[in-house]
Amino acid sequence: MASAMLSLASACPSASLSAHENLKVKLKPGSASLSFNKEKSNLFINTKSSGRISMVAVVNASRFEGVTMAPPDPILGVSEAFKADTHESKLNLGVGAYRTEELQPYVLNVVKKAENLMVERGENKEYLPIEGLAAFNKVTAELLFGADNPVIKQQRVATVQGLSGTGSLRLAAALIERYFPGAKVLISSPTWGNHKNIFNDARVPWSEYRYYDPKTVGLDFEGMLADIKAAPEGSFVLLHGCAHNPTGIDPTPEQWEKIADVIQEKNHIAFFDVAYQGFASGSLDGDAASVRLFAARGMEILVAQSYSKNLGLYAERIGAINVVCSSADAAARVKSQLKRLARPMYSNPPIHGARIVANVVGDPSLFNEWKAEMEMMAGRIKNVRQKLYDYLSAKDKSGKDWSFILKQIGMFSFTGLNKTQTENMTNKWRVYMTKDGRISLAGLSLAKCEYLADAIVDSFHNVS
Amino acid sequence: MWRFMGGRFSRSTRCMSSSSRAFGWWEHVSPAPKDPITGVTEAFLADTNPNKINLGVGAYRDDEGKPVVLQCVRNAEAKIAACEFLESNAAAVGSKLVEESVKLAYGTHAHVVKERRVTGLQALSGTGACRLFAELQRRFYPGSPIYLPNPTWSNHHNIWRDAQVPERGFRYYNPITKGLDFAALMDDVKNAPDGSFFLFHPCAHNPTGVDPTEEQWREISYQFKVKNHFPFFDMAYQGVASGDLDMDAQAIRIFLEDGHLIGCAQSFTKNMGLYEHRVGCLSVLCADVKQAVAVKSQLQQIARSMYSNPPVHGILLVSTILNDPQTKALWVKEVKVIMFTLISFLHVPFLFSSFWSREILIFL
Repeated sequence: MASAMLSLASACPSASLSAHENLKVKLKPGSASLSFNKEKSNLFINTKSSGRISMVAVVNASRFEGVTMAPPDPILGVSEAFKADTHESKLNLGVGAYRTEELQPYVLNVVKKAENLMVERGENKEYLPIEGLAAFNKVTAELLFGADNPVIKQQRVATVQGLSGTGSLRLAAALIERYFPGAKVLISSPTWGNHKNIFNDARVPWSEYRYYDPKTVGLDFEGMLADIKAAPEGSFVLLHGCAHNPTGIDPTPEQWEKIADVIQEKNHIAFFDVAYQGFASGSLDGDAASVRLFAARGMEILVAQSYSKNLGLYAERIGAINVVCSSADAAARVKSQLKRLARPMYSNPPIHGARIVANVVGDPSLFNEWKAEMEMMAGRIKNVRQKLYDYLSAKDKSGKDWSFILKQIGMFSFTGLNKTQTENMTNKWRVYMTKDGRISLAGLSLAKCEYLADAIVDSFHNVS
Repeated sequence: MWRFMGGRFSRSTRCMSSSSRAFGWWEHVSPAPKDPITGVTEAFLADTNPNKINLGVGAYRDDEGKPVVLQCVRNAEAKIAACEFLESNAAAVGSKLVEESVKLAYGTHAHVVKERRVTGLQALSGTGACRLFAELQRRFYPGSPIYLPNPTWSNHHNIWRDAQVPERGFRYYNPITKGLDFAALMDDVKNAPDGSFFLFHPCAHNPTGVDPTEEQWREISYQFKVKNHFPFFDMAYQGVASGDLDMDAQAIRIFLEDGHLIGCAQSFTKNMGLYEHRVGCLSVLCADVKQAVAVKSQLQQIARSMYSNPPVHGILLVSTILNDPQTKALWVKEVKVIMFTLISFLHVPFLFSSFWSREILIFL
C-alpha cells in the first residue's frame, strides 16, 4: 500500500504524522489486491476524530487499487505502434480504414455535401427517440433488403439505430442474453477481434466454427458445415455478410445455399455482421446477396450494419440492428425490447451520422454519387490487389501460388504469414499489421506494392 | 411449438417451410413497457389535439415551445463544418474533451487535476457515463450494490440493473415537507455497510429539484469519511441549476477538499443543448497516476465492447466551445439565460406532488 501512503503525505504534509500512525494500525500491507472486497474497512483509514482538520488530512486509499492494466487492443494497438515509429518507409496495414492512393484518410464527397445541406437547414438538436432517426431506420433497412422486399413490405423487420457495427452487435447480444439464456453464438475461426469482447461482456457464451484453411489459404467449407451441424439446436451462427474480416474469404453463392440448409436443419438462427456493404464488390445490392438469400427463404435472421467503411463515417458511429421476424407483431415486440436494452446503455443514439446516411441514401442524386464513389474505393482496392499479386508472382521464384490475393474480397487479405513472420514484417520492414497475418489493403498504395511484395517474400521464405 | 430445454427455449419441430411456419423465434418476447419518460413524448407526438403540451422530457424549450439551439453551439457548428475532420484525429480530440470536462467539474486549478490523478473517458452523455461506471463497479466490486436516492431519475434503476449491479435505496425526499429528509438520509448513510457505493445528484436533483445545502453536503462528506463510502456524482445540470458553473459543482468540490476519491458522470446535454449528439464524460479520481492509467484502460475496454468509440461530432462541438475563450464566454452567458428563463416559468424550483402522476415530471 505504498502508493496510498505517498498520496497521504502529499495531501497534507502537516498532518502526515497522525495519518501515518493511523495507517500503521489500520492497513494490512500486501493484502490489498488479494482480498480487496472483504477487507475494505481495514484498508481505508478510519478516522473517528471529530475535528474537520484531521479529517481533511487523510486521503482514502483508492477503491481501484486492484485494477490491473488492460491489455492493448490488438488492432488499435497496431496504429499506436505505427504512430510511434519514425522510419520513413513505414507502412500501416493495421486498421481497416480506407486511405487514398496518397495514403490519406478520405471524406466522401457525398458526405461533405450532406453535411453542408444539414448546416444550411440548421436543424435542431433534440433527443432522438430511443430507436433512432426514423428516416435513417427506413433507408437502412431498404438498403439492406431492397425496398421491394417482402420482409419490408410486410413490416417484419425490427430496425433500431445503433452505434455503428459494434453498438448494433451489442444490442443483439443483449437481446440474445435476455431472451435465449444459455444459447450459444457460433463465430468463425478467425473473426474480427472485437466479436469475442462483445459477447463476453454481454455474457453470451460462444464457440468457434472452422472457417479459414491455412493449407489452401481458403475456406474450410466442410469443417464449417460440420461444426455448425454439431452445435446444439437453436444456436446463433454469426456470419459475415460479405468481405469476411480478417480473411477476405467469402462463401460462393452455392456455398451460401448449403449454409442456409444446415442452419434451417438445426433450427439455428443466422446472425449477419454486414460491415462492408458496397465495399466488397463495389455493388451495394451484390454485397447484400447472402442476407437476401436467407430472407427469401423465410428465415428469421439478425443483421448488424455499419456505415463506418462504406460511407467513411467511422467517427460518427452509425449503424443498425435489424431483426427479421416471422410476423409484424413479433417485429414490433422485438423492437420494443431492443429499445429497452438501449435505454440503459446510452438512452438514445447520436444523430449526426444518422442524418448523413438518411440524406445520402434518401436523395436520388446523392445516392447515385455515393454508388460511384463506392465503386471508386472498391476499385482502388482491386487495383492494389492486382498490383501486389503481380509483384509477388514476379519476385517469388519458389512458384508459390499467390492467387488467393486476387480471390479474397474486401479491404483485408490474410497473407498466411505466421506470428514470427509478421514480426519480421514490422521489425525489419516497418510494415505494421496484425499478428494473425492480416493486412489492410485499404492502407496500401500502388506505389508501395513493390516494397510490400519484397517484405512478404522475405518474411515468408527467410523467416520461420 | 416451444419447449424450454436446458435453460433455454428451443423449437422441437424440425425445419418448417416458410409458408407453414406459424410461430417464430420471438413468440416469447413480450412488448416492453413504455419508458416512463420518453413514453410521454411518444404519446405527445401521437396526440392530434392542437392544445397539447409536453411537460415530460427534461429538454429545454423556448417560449413558443420550440427546441433551442444555443448561439455558441451554432458558432461551433460553423467552425467545424469548414474543416475536414477525420477518424484519425478522434483520439486526440477525445482526450482534449476529457481534460476540459474534468476541469469544469473538479475546478480548473484543482490539484488532483494537476497531479493527473483523474482519469476520464468521453461517454454517451450522462447515461453512457453512468453505464460505464456501473460496469466498472461490477467488474471490480462484483456483488456490491449501488445506493440510489429515493426518488431518482428513472433510468438510473435501468442502468445499474442492466449492468447487473444490485440496487438499494436511501431516503432523500420528504413528500410532506416537500424538502430534503436530511435526518433520514444521514441515518441511511450511517446504516449502510462500510465502503458502500452511493449516487448523488450534485445539483438540481432530478426529479425533485431539492438539493442539500452547503452545510448538509459537508456533513454528508464527513460521514462518508467515517464510513469509507464511495461517492459517485451524476452531474447533468452544471450551470443551469444556479447559473454559475462552479456553484453547481460545489458538492463535488466539498468532497474533493475532504480528500474523497470520487467518480463523476457529466452530461453536456442540458447545459449545451446537445441532446442529440450524446456527449458526456465519466471521470474517476484515483490515488495515483499509475492507477489512473490502469482504470482508464479498463474503461476503454468496457466501451470497446459496447460501441468501440463515441461519436465525434458532439465531442468536436463541446471541445470547440470549451477551448475557444470567446465561445466559452458566450456559453457561460447563455447558460445563465437558460437558468433565468426556467426560473421565471415557475415560482417554485420543482413540481413534484401527488397532483401529478409519477410519470409526468418537470425538472427545473
